[in-house]
Amino acid sequence: MTAQGLNGKGCSAGADDSPSLHGLPRSLFRKRLDVVILFILSSASLIALGLIFFFILREAFPFFRRVPLVELFSRTWLPTLEPPRFGALPMILGSATVTAGALIVSVPIGLAAAAFIAEVAPGITKDVFKSAIEILASIPSVVYGFFGLAVLAPFLQSTLSLPTGRTALTGAVILAVMALPTIASLAEDALTAVPASYREASLAVGATRWQTIWRVTVPAASSGLLGAVILGMGRAMGETMAVLMVTGNSPQLTASLLKPVRTLTAGIALEMAETPFGSLHYHALFSLGALLLLITLGMNWSAEWFRGRLVRRHRR
Amino acid sequence: MVTGTVESGSLQTAIEWMERDTDAEPVIEVEGLNFYYGRDRTLSDVSVSIPQHGVTAIMGPSGCGKSTFLRTLNRMYEVIPGARAEGTVLFAGEDIFKLDPVTLRRRIGMVFQRPNPFPKSIYDNVAYGPRVHGIRRRSVLDGLVEESLIRAALWDEVKNELKKSAFSLSGGQQQRLCIARALAVRPQVLLMDEPCSSLDPKASSQIEATTRELAAELTVVIVTHNLHQAARVSDHVGVFLSGGVLAEFGPTKKVFEAPRHPDVQDYLAGRFG
Repeated sequence: MTAQGLNGKGCSAGADDSPSLHGLPRSLFRKRLDVVILFILSSASLIALGLIFFFILREAFPFFRRVPLVELFSRTWLPTLEPPRFGALPMILGSATVTAGALIVSVPIGLAAAAFIAEVAPGITKDVFKSAIEILASIPSVVYGFFGLAVLAPFLQSTLSLPTGRTALTGAVILAVMALPTIASLAEDALTAVPASYREASLAVGATRWQTIWRVTVPAASSGLLGAVILGMGRAMGETMAVLMVTGNSPQLTASLLKPVRTLTAGIALEMAETPFGSLHYHALFSLGALLLLITLGMNWSAEWFRGRLVRRHRR
Repeated sequence: MVTGTVESGSLQTAIEWMERDTDAEPVIEVEGLNFYYGRDRTLSDVSVSIPQHGVTAIMGPSGCGKSTFLRTLNRMYEVIPGARAEGTVLFAGEDIFKLDPVTLRRRIGMVFQRPNPFPKSIYDNVAYGPRVHGIRRRSVLDGLVEESLIRAALWDEVKNELKKSAFSLSGGQQQRLCIARALAVRPQVLLMDEPCSSLDPKASSQIEATTRELAAELTVVIVTHNLHQAARVSDHVGVFLSGGVLAEFGPTKKVFEAPRHPDVQDYLAGRFG
């Protein structure tokens, strides 16, 4: 045995065996400490989610105790009248209209962009398109709202000769642009995750690139693509500032894209500031928040499930 | 040295086992083929005539351009950015670089190193090729699927579960499914890129038997690392050496018994590779 070996052994033994506060060897304690710190820090997001859930449900609870749940799905929202009416159907429908309108525009464009980036575009073009989409995602929503208000609303008002340019359509178009990066980048991930060997196999029997994309890559990525669309939907559903600025916010029951609407998010944001703390109206807004939370969480979970299925399917 | 002797001894038996007629018209004629990945030349001045029917094995040490050569024949290299081929390749007398790659690949099929079935049913995997070429009639598709699976020696094992996922099959079965998928468009040539490299010995010998049977009616070009496999399965052998030079080409028996190139002698004796 060499002196070096002895030396090394002596050192490590000293570090290992010296007792620590908890009676564990110090190095073991250090290792545990690392794990504990990481666990506490990383559970912060979990704790935050739990707290949000808890407080929203707690604040919504008094409303449900005094008003039957069906009232929330009636047609008239007059929270300050006596007796008050808490029919949130116009806002639920408003959110649904704007989100559906946004998806009609953003899903085909987003999926096409993803297919182009993942399957067709050569090197530099690919990078340009990818960074354009990333920049789109990083623009603050108030800027989108401002753009909608100053440019899109007057444009739609004059071209469609509407009484006002602040309509569900305006919101849908703005939301489409905002949901686009989510859909495009997640869909691109899903397409890129499809093994290259599938493409090779398809090309090798004489399929064209187009046939390969449609008959092999897209079906193989389908659950991931669905996940991308659902997350885009969640993004559109939950957006507040931009829709608040451009949809007109009139809480009337309408299914028309060309009329002003109020979404759930905009409704909460507008009224929360003018509501006395602890009033029934205040608790009603929290019940809307709970509803919104349930919808978006449901969407996220189903999206993750679909995306997870894609990975499981191709892991061999 | 001792290993070398044992090696060539067992090869000898394999060669004697297989005595075949080796004269045939060329189906693929390669003349002065050079291949580049960016600036690297991976095939240099390859000229060879691949005879019709039978099995032609392509051998050589790793990284010598065997797979590149194979992927040139059906222009599959074109999916790789920066890859470029120069020279003449005639398939049945036609310049492949002037043919539509879709037509070319329908006539020259390919089986890959690792089994790569689609995440579809067994039936849909085999019917994929005919479908992309516009065949819709169920009866025609049924016939092609059965014919191809029979030719790939898989029919008896899967005929009652054609609707099952291709992933439910074993590795060897998946590879035979991939052979069936390639056969379903009735190619004249089948390229096989080390088709047994991920399979166990039993599955490999099944693939070899299938390959031999196919060679009666179509031309098989198979890349292999395995000298014994090449000796067992092929009628002709080409040996590539580093730099993408085709150092030797000829009837299998001749090449194994009396290779002209000294490096090929060493390679076949198992001294490198």
